[in-house]
Amino acid sequence: MRFAELATTPLLPADYLDMVNPLRAGADLRGRIVAVHPETRDAATLVIRPGADWQPHVPGQWVRIGVDVDGVRMWRAYSLTSHLDRPDGCIAVTVKAIPDGKVSNHLVHRTRPGTLVHLDQATGEFVLPSPVPGKALFVTAGSGITPVMGILRNHTGLTDVVVVHSAPTADDVVFGAELRELAAAGRIRLVEQHTDTAGMLDAAAIADLVPDLAERATWACGPVGMLEALEEHWDAAGIADRLFTERFRPTVLVAGEGGTVTFTRTGTSLEADGATPILDAAEEAGVLMPSGCRMGICFGCVLPLREGAVRDLRNGEVTTAAPGDGVLVQTCISAAAGACDIDH
Amino acid sequence: MTVLQKKTDNPIEHLTPEDIELIGKELDDIRQSVIDTRGEDDARYIRKVIDVHRKIELGSRAVLLASGFAPAFVVGTIGLSVAKILENMEIGHNILHGQWDWMRDPKIHSTTWEWDMASPADQWKHSHNELHHTYTNVVGKDNDLGYGIMRVDEDQPWQPFHLGQPLWSFINACFFEYGIAAYDLELAGTIAKKRTGDPEFRARAKAVLRKIGKQVRKDYVIHPLLSGPNFLPTLAANFTANLVRNLWSNSVILCGHFPEGVETFEKKSIEGETRGEWYLRQMLGSANISGSKAMHILTGNLSHQIEHHLFPDLPSNRYAEIAPRIRDLFDRYGLNYHTAPLPQQVGSAWHKIIRLSLPNGWLELTNRRNLLPQLAVLYKMTTGSPKVRRTLQRKLTAGVRLSRAAAAA
Ligand SMILES: Cc1cc2nc3c(=O)[nH]c(=O)nc-3n(C[C@H](O)[C@H](O)[C@H](O)COP(=O)(O)OP(=O)(O)OC[C@H]3O[C@@H](n4cnc5c(N)ncnc54)[C@H](O)[C@@H]3O)c2cc1C
Ligand code: FES
Repeated sequence: MRFAELATTPLLPADYLDMVNPLRAGADLRGRIVAVHPETRDAATLVIRPGADWQPHVPGQWVRIGVDVDGVRMWRAYSLTSHLDRPDGCIAVTVKAIPDGKVSNHLVHRTRPGTLVHLDQATGEFVLPSPVPGKALFVTAGSGITPVMGILRNHTGLTDVVVVHSAPTADDVVFGAELRELAAAGRIRLVEQHTDTAGMLDAAAIADLVPDLAERATWACGPVGMLEALEEHWDAAGIADRLFTERFRPTVLVAGEGGTVTFTRTGTSLEADGATPILDAAEEAGVLMPSGCRMGICFGCVLPLREGAVRDLRNGEVTTAAPGDGVLVQTCISAAAGACDIDH
Repeated sequence: MTVLQKKTDNPIEHLTPEDIELIGKELDDIRQSVIDTRGEDDARYIRKVIDVHRKIELGSRAVLLASGFAPAFVVGTIGLSVAKILENMEIGHNILHGQWDWMRDPKIHSTTWEWDMASPADQWKHSHNELHHTYTNVVGKDNDLGYGIMRVDEDQPWQPFHLGQPLWSFINACFFEYGIAAYDLELAGTIAKKRTGDPEFRARAKAVLRKIGKQVRKDYVIHPLLSGPNFLPTLAANFTANLVRNLWSNSVILCGHFPEGVETFEKKSIEGETRGEWYLRQMLGSANISGSKAMHILTGNLSHQIEHHLFPDLPSNRYAEIAPRIRDLFDRYGLNYHTAPLPQQVGSAWHKIIRLSLPNGWLELTNRRNLLPQLAVLYKMTTGSPKVRRTLQRKLTAGVRLSRAAAAA
């Protein structure tokens, strides 16, 4: 290999091997989309053949996918929904297009089989313990059903399961047919809430629907408002330790003044407002940034703040660094709060 | 050539400050229109060029394994030359300009790219992107004007050693990549200032040597060795390909700023320069090469030097598209859009190198009939004292004035 490097410099042997087999062992982790199955009018499942180095995931986990949208590489996190024992070794994610969403619309409406995407290994804590709980409750809404579907499909040993799912209409329920079949077969008890006609479910209503709620371990995934309401309710009932949640986006609370962000190593300077995460502002300016979940949970975006101040968009907390410091900040949920120098 | 500010027929005299700012505004709009439409097609273009380059390179190197067989030698050498030209010009130069950073592809990004060239990417980026593109054609600031080894302007006093300028310009062209490496390293200046002991300079020098070491080992050791019995022909093929690439890139770069008629600027003139004025300097300080699509690609679209200098970070494949709009702007404001075919621009650039290697006016006054007395003048200027030189120069200058007046009459 060392010899091959001498022959290919300044390129790497991998650059040539990638031309032939981008999914080989040892390559950067990638995947090829082999099929796109529409689920609802605005959701689709992407079946992806991952590269040889892909490590099997734990149901409920998510994977980061990098896809070129209008020529620009964008990374987003998606929960894995596939069966672990697929004979073809493929994985699947299910994406719901959100209004004006750049990546989700591209994946749902414009992606064709054959497309090469970039991947990271699966990660995430939204998984069942072992042994699996005797009684489980899943509360989901919209695309929040995805990690739960990943769990239901793979944990056939779960016997006492209640699924409470909200979607605008019956047709908008992602995996609607499969959930109803599971219910008909007696594997789960399914409560569908069609919010266009029946309105939103609040936490108290869920408690009414599921009387033995306190006996159940609960996993919830959906809009921030729903999760916060659940957390409050479970907290009040003294069973907060039995509730596990997964968020798809951060709760942005506060914004303030922005400032000039300088990347000391690449030499790029940019003006960022107080509401835009430094990660987004920097990418927009063409800086290559490390990133992960893009919502403050994985720490894949952390960089040292050498000088200046940033504000955590989730709670308004301001972090400052004196010259020479290297305070680690998450760029995906931090906005400039004045001039700041970032070591990158 | 005389810096624009000292010309009697200043080509921008007719422009008001408002005109210049309007030009700037129009150019900003053209730039934005390209940025707004950058997308998938552009990304596909650069990936395609990279893919083609790699295939040509691999193919040529494979053919050269049999370089002892003459046709293989010829085909392999041509292929490798083309590959190296593509790699340096349309790919390396433009990626290192950040033209493709917007794609956010870490494999095609100005901060991660390294090229098949003696000069390490980061040093080149500093001297090229930051210095040359900022101080384009400002005498005394833009070292690309003559790379510090040439007399590029009539206002620089002529010295006898300038007679050698055509020769070392040619040697520089043959070993252009090393010339660039030394230049990016600011080698000459650092030696002159006796600063070669600076740790910062040493670190950079080490990086250059390491890079050159890798390049030389690849082209002149590893690939020849892989060819087994064909060691020497493969070595010759690699040498030739590097030579061809060097001559080619040197020619393209000469064409960009050196043909007769391209303006240079005084140091003072850029103090407090507005955005409009900066644009104007780029417009007048660059020259294009006209030609086919293949020719544009092989020059790395530096054949659109004017467009490139106006918008160094726009994707190169878009220069051709905006060229008519830029040309129209030149026309509307009565400016000279300098463009000509390659042989003409190269000829013009070399003519200037030769003219300026001689005292001002000497070439213009010399013809077949007065060759001998003119050579005697040149001999005296070369061997005489500075005083003799000044006296004879005054005579030459007066002679030029007379002959021009006679021609006008
Ligand atoms: C751990 C994790 C797992 C995820 N799993 C899935 C999954 O399985 N399926 C899935 O479809 N998505 C999932 N997401 C969300 C996904 O990563 C993207 O955020 C989503 O697809 C939107 O990206 P976009 O580029 O289309 O929108 P953007 O162009 O980034 O955003 C457009 C607009 O929509 C808003 N917005 C962003 N995200 C959401 C959202 N989730 N709901 C409503 N509005 C939003 C933005 O604030 C913005 O105003 C997951 C996210 C995380 C962090
Ligand atoms: S990208 Fe995951 S914490 Fe910032």
